[in-house]
Amino acid sequence: MMRYIAFAPLMIAAIVGGFFLWGLNPDRDPNALPSVLISQPAPAFELAPLSTLDTPGLARNDLIGNDTPVVVNVFASWCVPCRAEHAVLTSLVERDGVRLFGINYKDKPEDASRWLNDLGNPYERIGADEVGRAGIEWGISGVPETFIVGGDGTVLFRYVGPVVGEEAEAEFRAALAQAGVIGEGA
Amino acid sequence: MTPEIGHFALALALAMALIQSVIPMIGASRRNLIWMRSARATSTGQLVLVGIAFAALMYSFFVSDFTVVNVAENSNSLQPMMFKLAATWGSHEGSLLLWIFILTVFGAGVAHFGSNIPDALKARTLSVQAWISVGFLSFLLFTSNPFDRVFPPPLDGSDLNPLLQDIGLVMHPPLLYFGYVGFSIVFSFAVAALIEGRVDTAWARWVRPWTLAAWISLTAGIALGSWWAYYELGWGGWWFWDPVENVSFMPWLLGTALLHSAIVTEKRAAFKSWTILLAILTFSLSLLGTFIVRSGLLTSVHAFAVDPERGFYILGLLAVSIGGSLALFAWRAPMMEPGGLFKPISREAGLLLNNMILATATGTVLFGTLYPLFFEALTGGEKISVGPPFFNAAFVPMMLPLVFAMALGPLLSWKRADLAGVFQRLKFVAVLSVLATLAIWYRMNGGPVLGYLSILLAFWLLFATVREWVGRIRLFEVPFTDAVRRARNLPRASHGMSMAHAGVAVVILGMVGSSVWKSEQILFAQPGTDVSIAGFEVEFRGVERVRGPNYVADRGTLDVSRNGERLTTLYPERRSYPVAQSTTTESAIRSTLAGDLYISIGQPALEEADDSGAWTLRILYEPWVNLIWIGACMLVIGGGLSLSDRRLRVGAPKRAAVSSDATVPAE
Repeated sequence: MMRYIAFAPLMIAAIVGGFFLWGLNPDRDPNALPSVLISQPAPAFELAPLSTLDTPGLARNDLIGNDTPVVVNVFASWCVPCRAEHAVLTSLVERDGVRLFGINYKDKPEDASRWLNDLGNPYERIGADEVGRAGIEWGISGVPETFIVGGDGTVLFRYVGPVVGEEAEAEFRAALAQAGVIGEGA
Repeated sequence: MTPEIGHFALALALAMALIQSVIPMIGASRRNLIWMRSARATSTGQLVLVGIAFAALMYSFFVSDFTVVNVAENSNSLQPMMFKLAATWGSHEGSLLLWIFILTVFGAGVAHFGSNIPDALKARTLSVQAWISVGFLSFLLFTSNPFDRVFPPPLDGSDLNPLLQDIGLVMHPPLLYFGYVGFSIVFSFAVAALIEGRVDTAWARWVRPWTLAAWISLTAGIALGSWWAYYELGWGGWWFWDPVENVSFMPWLLGTALLHSAIVTEKRAAFKSWTILLAILTFSLSLLGTFIVRSGLLTSVHAFAVDPERGFYILGLLAVSIGGSLALFAWRAPMMEPGGLFKPISREAGLLLNNMILATATGTVLFGTLYPLFFEALTGGEKISVGPPFFNAAFVPMMLPLVFAMALGPLLSWKRADLAGVFQRLKFVAVLSVLATLAIWYRMNGGPVLGYLSILLAFWLLFATVREWVGRIRLFEVPFTDAVRRARNLPRASHGMSMAHAGVAVVILGMVGSSVWKSEQILFAQPGTDVSIAGFEVEFRGVERVRGPNYVADRGTLDVSRNGERLTTLYPERRSYPVAQSTTTESAIRSTLAGDLYISIGQPALEEADDSGAWTLRILYEPWVNLIWIGACMLVIGGGLSLSDRRLRVGAPKRAAVSSDATVPAE
């Protein structure tokens, strides 16, 4: 009897070890949160433009019927990483011709327009989400977040956090390429 | 040049560890004394060489040598010197080097201070310790070289993670590692005993001081980590059941079980294979912690930068060390002769109950920690998280019977005890505990039943422990000077036990008080706002911007008063570190024995911090919370007292150990 019991710890350790081996699979990202929106239609929302800018507002209808997928970026002037991300997004718009829409999240219109005047405005449309209502609809967990929305209004991809740094940019470009917005290896 | 010296020293240390892993082991089986004793020189050599490597890395941080990748990634020229040096162990590579350094400290410690351990056992133990060295040194050298250079060097470093720039970081990891890694030598002793096929009371006595030393450090490390999280992370809590907290807690639980089962092996020659198994598992859980933190297997606030290659390497190390030792155990354990017999009511049985509960609790924490992984694997990718509700519901009720029994254990005698007699002696203690709990109930009015039950049990443990100690020195029975003399003659281990058990009671009181009667307010406040919480009035005066060496901070000013009387002014800060691009919360705490008033300041409504803006304030009152750290200190002091007992001292004559049975109270 003792003979068999003495093997129990080894057996348990082997089973747990098997799970660990599975868990180390490089494709697995324990931090990735599954987004409920992926492959779902973009949520219904309608945002007025920033009162201090000429850029038009943003609503769900603007995301439907586009020829190519578009990028929706949630940003705010009070968000420090957004400042770094701004340069990346601007280059995507200017060099790769990506169509970029913005949701200005919980921001004052004056601050947002001053921020965009300072840094430049790469957004085709900006919806002012002063109370954060649209943010809830989109299920964002913080600012910035960036979505790729297909021509039919389906959410294809979600990136949480700033698209800054080699790895993040590569991942985002790969998603854009997969959506057909930019060429492979562009 | 210095980094290359460090790198070279590491390579030499690996060579030396390779020699030590073979020669003494063969020497022990061939009874060649010179081969066996070579372990003394090689383990000293390893200590010196790894020490040189560690010093070299620390020097690179000291002079901010940004040509070293590790320094460039984890330090910054503006960082205060203390944090520059502490950054040595702030990264994956540096902390692994520290890990190995401590490993060699314990190896050399046994080589030098274990003079009463027979040569063969010592040689085998040190060889096993060297196997661990080989595994981790090669891991460090081949996958995580801390001395890698970068060219061209960056102009300045990217700063240490600001959360780690705190006095907590300076002490927390070294203490924790000292505990974690300290169990390695206990593991080596166990494996060596299995190879020898002999475990006796002498073995248990040799192992006990090392177990105790590791346990003390681990206790201090965990307590310090919890204290750090409490005031640095600004979360207003001291334990979050985060996976990485859990992996440090599991070796502690099992190490505690090991401390107690080793007593039985030492005094009664029983529980032999169980003690061996605990020794193996305790260190296995430490290794598991190392694996989880460095492989990115689970999500945690503590995880290092993740690299799957490292994960596979450590998993391989785990498979060899844990798998190998458990296989050896399965082969050898059934051959061990059973030890002394005992009745169901006896100190042995009490310690068995202690071990069963602690082992079950460890299993529960392990299961809860790994369950998200199991679930994801079995459902093909669905994710869940297991949080405090599970652990509180599963763990806390398990601890209650343990606390109840803990009060009785020291009063039970070996082999056969008289439970009715013990309860008879504790009648007064029971009445006193109920009265004390009623007093708390009267004062706090309201709270969950489980809270009061825990408090009752904590008082029961506290008073019973004091009662046992008083009974031992016969305070109030014999003249006071006699009692003092008795107290002085009592073995220090016995004072240590009383101190540690009372410490547990104090910790429980602190935990229950701060969880049950915590009050919290989160508000969005303009300067001039008054808040009242738990009898305090807090006035928010405003926020100003201040500048630190490598950060800028928004500092809030809040006046605290009670019943119209000004008590203090608190200055919580929200710091942003421009280089590391992150922010930390420096909460301000008014700390008294009765409780902590804890204020942290969050995001402003507007980015421009002027006096008119509104700010997010989090105000908490946590009653009794300091009892947790006081109790933890008592645990550490108790462990230290016990360690200083001359019977445990490594060179102590064996004869002295026999007299200990005389201290067990007569029935």
